[in-house]
Amino acid sequence: MTDTTSDTPANPAADRARASELSAAGRFLKATELDTRMLGMVGALLIIWIGLHVISSLRLGVNPLDFDSRTFLTPRNLWNLSVQTSAVAIMASGMVLVIVMRNIDLSVGSAEGLIGMVMGFAQVHFLVRMVGLELGNPWIWVLALAIGLALGLLIGAFQGFVIAYLEVPAFIVTLGGLLVWRGAAWWVTSGQTVAPLDATFQLMGGGPAGSIGARWSWVVGIVACLAVVFALFNGRVQRKRFRFPLRPIWAETLLGAVTCAVIMGAVWLANSYPWPVGIVNRYAAANNITVPEGGLFIAHGIAIPVLMAVAVGLIMTFITKRTRFGRYVFAIGGNPEAANLAGINTRWITMKVFMIMGVLATIAAAISSARQNSSTNALGTLDELLVIAAAVIGGTSLAGGSGTVLGAMLGALLMQSLQSGMVLLGVDSPLQSIVVGAVLVIAVWLDTIYRKRV
Amino acid sequence: MADKNAPAGVPLVDMRNISIAFGGIRAVDDASIDLFPGEVVALLGHNGAGKSTLIKILSGAYKRDVGQIFVNGEEAPISNPRDAKKYGIETIYQTLALADNVDAAANLFLGRELMTAWGTLDDVAMEAEARKVMGRLNPRFQRFKEPVIKLSGGQRQSVAIARAILFNARILIMDEPTAALGPQETAQVGELVRQLKADGIGIFLISHDIHDVFELADRVCVMKNGQVVGTARTGDVTQDEVLGMIILGKCPPGAFPGPGALKIAA
Repeated sequence: MTDTTSDTPANPAADRARASELSAAGRFLKATELDTRMLGMVGALLIIWIGLHVISSLRLGVNPLDFDSRTFLTPRNLWNLSVQTSAVAIMASGMVLVIVMRNIDLSVGSAEGLIGMVMGFAQVHFLVRMVGLELGNPWIWVLALAIGLALGLLIGAFQGFVIAYLEVPAFIVTLGGLLVWRGAAWWVTSGQTVAPLDATFQLMGGGPAGSIGARWSWVVGIVACLAVVFALFNGRVQRKRFRFPLRPIWAETLLGAVTCAVIMGAVWLANSYPWPVGIVNRYAAANNITVPEGGLFIAHGIAIPVLMAVAVGLIMTFITKRTRFGRYVFAIGGNPEAANLAGINTRWITMKVFMIMGVLATIAAAISSARQNSSTNALGTLDELLVIAAAVIGGTSLAGGSGTVLGAMLGALLMQSLQSGMVLLGVDSPLQSIVVGAVLVIAVWLDTIYRKRV
Repeated sequence: MADKNAPAGVPLVDMRNISIAFGGIRAVDDASIDLFPGEVVALLGHNGAGKSTLIKILSGAYKRDVGQIFVNGEEAPISNPRDAKKYGIETIYQTLALADNVDAAANLFLGRELMTAWGTLDDVAMEAEARKVMGRLNPRFQRFKEPVIKLSGGQRQSVAIARAILFNARILIMDEPTAALGPQETAQVGELVRQLKADGIGIFLISHDIHDVFELADRVCVMKNGQVVGTARTGDVTQDEVLGMIILGKCPPGAFPGPGALKIAA
């Protein structure tokens, strides 16, 4: 499109003429209304996955097409990758809103650490010793999480208030928060690690118990596919009602089919990863199941933290696309003065965005501490940088006004893929940092070129 | 305001003795101005004369230090843009004040979105409304899906104008509405002003183009150094006399002098 800024009257005939000039790929993109940027990210992710798979296979001297259990593209590795990505992906979805509004939040890692410590202290000491709940009481995890959520909301509200109403730049406020919350995390137990956590709370960290098993995974997959089909159908009905241009039927069908295939493929993958032998045998012994020849196959299914991340992603996407609040966040990012003149209460919106960030930091803290089965005051160290990098790789513009939740979550997955892939390849940790840093800069550079051309 | 030039009846807007200072500089100094239904009042003056500031006080973008605003004869305590919109005051800013990253429909409804029964944004309904109002203003406009930053200057201007008239404004403020437009689009805006005027809407027009002003406005109000030099019916003064008011602050016999008029020793 060379003439997007031209002032000439766009007569429909010329539009049609232009459309027919598009290449096959152009026509395909126009028909499906797919975002080329998002496609680029998915492409980059696939290249990284396949690349890591081939390299890890060659290192072992096996054929990449054999999908050896020690290589990258295996159910076990991808399942672990999904669990490792959850916490950062959840926070990245909120960081999108923060950055879209031309702010930044450097404090999320430290806030995560403090909230994790407080939730750990609450379930192991406070609720048991001081409130007097019995160990294993089903209310413990609920109360601990509620305390964490309240604290996250409070931290976000406090920082948001100072940024929006006292007009201290977000960079400074959250830089202060980075130090303050990390210091406070140490103070909760004078640096002592809190462990072990409540058994139910631990489920949020994944693992064999913290996964929903094969049957429920299929149910989730089928429900998700039905929802996709319904959403496409409903969108079409809505557009028909107002006689807006419609996507061709083949494009709708293709979109639905590909999305459902991806969902069911992910479920199949999660269901292909069995419980470790030791846990299976213990489980069998406890439930009087005789282990057949060759071992008992019990699938993990989708991990609970992954389900939480998907739920957060859906909710945050809904908030950004379908609510007045989300619309205002983007409008403020595009032109704060215009938003203010349109009568939008920009300060209150800013404060709310930081409150959401605080809540998401709590969810991330729950997942990370549950996964380690302990709270330490180092929990979430440097996560703020991973979260910001994920959002930026995912196409969130630091100039404000643009970004998507899905992009940021894909960005988190991309970074985690690189990192765990390098661990798999036995790359030294200093070199890992170098690669991740270089990838961040290159990704943003490519994005800059992309934005100039479109 | 005891302006003998003003039409009879209750004014739509009556701003009395308005002052505002920014760090010691009196941007607007004891200015009074009024506007009647179906009337176009042009505000003229050099850059920095205080016209935009005065009008931003009416639209709620600035809060006045001193003075009163009456809408339909009743005092209107306007202290932010939301208040102004409540009184049916809509503004087309010189900068257009569009959120560049969202599409035309989102801009038209910014701050007043249409919602579905579920409390979510009704984008489809908003786009339908946008197509209707844009069809009236700029029938060739088709780029409803693109962020407004990708539109041409004229198209952006029509989005800004459409936003102001979409909500049945009673009082319309147009700050340099034709600054970014070509001759054809300028003529379109002129046509629109006449149409709105016929609907009984009162319009404040800020412009540098004195020719435009004499074509569209019923009265002119000239400001200099934050003060009102004078107001006059466009029929009672010549373009040269108005230029004299703008440049020298000299109030001609056909105009009603304000506090900023040049005092000539008798």
